[in-house]
Amino acid sequence: MAALGAPLRTLRALLRELRHAAGRSYRDSPAYRHVVTSEKLCRAQQELHFQAATYLCLLRSVREHEALHREYHGKGERSPQEVAGLVGFRLPQQPGGKG
Amino acid sequence: LWWAHSPPTRLPRLPPAAAGSGPVGPCGRRAYAPPAERKRFYQNVSISQGEGGFEINLDHRKLKTPQAKLFTVPSEALAIAVATEWDSQKDTIKFYTMHLTTLCNTALDNPTQRNKTQLIRAAVKFLETDTVCYRVEEPPALAELQKNEWDPVVAWAEKRYNVTIGSSTSILGPNIPASTKDTFVSHLASYNMWALQGIEFVITQLKSLILSMSLIDRHITVEKAVLLSRLEEEYQIRRWGNVEWAHDYDLCELRARTAAGTLFVHLCSESSTVKHKLLQD
Repeated sequence: MAALGAPLRTLRALLRELRHAAGRSYRDSPAYRHVVTSEKLCRAQQELHFQAATYLCLLRSVREHEALHREYHGKGERSPQEVAGLVGFRLPQQPGGKG
Repeated sequence: LWWAHSPPTRLPRLPPAAAGSGPVGPCGRRAYAPPAERKRFYQNVSISQGEGGFEINLDHRKLKTPQAKLFTVPSEALAIAVATEWDSQKDTIKFYTMHLTTLCNTALDNPTQRNKTQLIRAAVKFLETDTVCYRVEEPPALAELQKNEWDPVVAWAEKRYNVTIGSSTSILGPNIPASTKDTFVSHLASYNMWALQGIEFVITQLKSLILSMSLIDRHITVEKAVLLSRLEEEYQIRRWGNVEWAHDYDLCELRARTAAGTLFVHLCSESSTVKHKLLQD
C-alpha cells in the first residue's frame, strides 16, 4: 500500500485547500460536507485515505499551477511602449504628417 | 455552449489559447476546444440527481458538455468534485484548471469516438514504450538511479499481474511477450468505459502503463508516480538547476492531471453503499 502518513494530516490539509478554493462559505459547500460527513461508508479505510490524499494532491497542484501561470505566463505581450522602455527609450510622439 | 437556456445575445468566442488541444475540424480550427477563459457567469453551484445520474447546476441552468449533451455523472462524489471545480473559479473561469470537468466531458462526448476495445488497445500499446522499461547506459549515475527507482515498480507489476516485462537499454525498447499484453488487456476489460477513459488519460500523462497501474492499484501515491515518470528530468534538475517557470510549471500540471485522472478512475469504478447512522435520542 502507498506510504500515506497520518490520515488526520491529510484531512486537515484537504480542508485547508477547500477553504482556500471556496472562500468564506466553504462550510456550506458540498465538498466540505462530503468530507466531514457522518455517514458510514462501507469501504476500506486505506482506500478512503488514498482517495483523500489524491484529491488533496489535485487541489494543491491546481492551485500551485495557477499561481505559476499567473506569475510567468499570464501577462501576455508587452506593448511597444514597454518594449522601448526595457532599453531606456521612449517612442516618438505623433510623427509629423502623413505621406 | 454549456447551459440549457442560452442568453439572447451570443457571447463572443474567445480565441483559443495555447493551453488545451483537440482534434482539428475540417476548416482547420480546433473543433473540440472550448475557449481558454471566460467570465464567471453564475453565483451558485449545486448538484442534483436526475434520471441519468448526478447533474451540475450553475444557478438555475444545467451544465452541458461541449457537444451540448446534458452533463451527468454516475457518482455523487465525482459530481461534488466537479461542482467544487466550478465553484472555485473566481472572476474568470479557467477551463485549463478544471481537469475533472474535462474528463467527464470526454467520457460523455467521446470526441475521438473510440470504443472499449480501441481504448484498451491504445493503453496496452504504451507498454512497448513504457518509460520505466526504457533504460540508459550513460551517464552511470542516471542508469543507477533508474535501476534503483524503477526496478522495484517493474518487479511489483510482474508479481501483481503474474507477467514478464523486463527492461531494455536498446533503442527498440523491451520485448514484451504476447501473454503479458493479453493479461493486461483482460485486466483492463474489467473496467467500465468511463474508468477506461481515465486510465488511458493517466497513461498518456505519465507515459507509462506500469506506473499508471501502480497508481490505480494504490501501490504508490500520485506524487511518487509523477516523480518516477519524470526521473530523468529530476536528475537533470539536480545536476543543472531548477527553472521554476518551466520545471515547476510542468510538475504541477502533471501532478494535477494525474491526480484528476486517478481520482476519476476510482470514483467511476467504485461501488460503495452508504449506511446512515441511526440517530439515537
